[in-house]
Amino acid sequence: MARPRVKVPKSASKDEVITIKTLISHKMESGQRKDKKTGEKIPRKIINKFTAKFNGTQVFAVDIEPAVSANPFLQFTVKVPESGEFEFTWLDDDGKTYSAKKKITVN
Amino acid sequence: MKLTKREFFAFGGGAAAFVALGGMPVGASAATDEVKKLISDFAGGKMPASGKVSLNTPEIAENGNTVPVSVEVESPMTKDNYVASVMLLATGNPFAGVATFHFSHMSGEATATTRIRLAKTQDVIAVAKMSDGTVFMDKKQVKVTIGGCGG
Repeated sequence: MARPRVKVPKSASKDEVITIKTLISHKMESGQRKDKKTGEKIPRKIINKFTAKFNGTQVFAVDIEPAVSANPFLQFTVKVPESGEFEFTWLDDDGKTYSAKKKITVN
Repeated sequence: MKLTKREFFAFGGGAAAFVALGGMPVGASAATDEVKKLISDFAGGKMPASGKVSLNTPEIAENGNTVPVSVEVESPMTKDNYVASVMLLATGNPFAGVATFHFSHMSGEATATTRIRLAKTQDVIAVAKMSDGTVFMDKKQVKVTIGGCGG
């Protein structure tokens, strides 16, 4: 269900600070809402952690609480020293992980 | 006690203002202690100083379900001097925690943007922890027209 989308520039110059945008389609059920028919609380189910790795090293991460909106959007920067590959991972409350990879060429 | 017309209105206005203030839920949010504890746990007991952190929020959010929030921290972002993490708090939500960003010296800049839920008009707080352990914070009020907690 959850579909990640990531925007990373295809190329950059050495040590350039690039901006990365990520978004994953996810309801982010907060655990606060009630089912209108039964009156019972709908259990929480959110993306609770995001990590960004570059060539295997973690460069950015976010601990996420239910107060982050549905389809969580994250924008951040990375200083790229060399060509390589980004790996982005989203961790769901149900234990599933979603990931996306993007290559960048540094001239 | 004799009141002139002017005094009467001044008094009346003052009383009205007092009632209006009294009607505000000052500290009524159960989150006050929670917020203090979250900041203190994050800061390792230190009192956050002001400055360095700037929190950008809209003054008025028409839809509390998705409020754009960005945070920026002044830092050289080198190996020995960088921003370790930034915690975002929403003081008027059922749970104050929103998100914690973890930066590294490879971040280049300590800046991050996301979209958050705000249940009602409230203060949003950003607390930044530097690699040397010093802590800074910023606070902005966001007026919310429609709350973002299924209300």
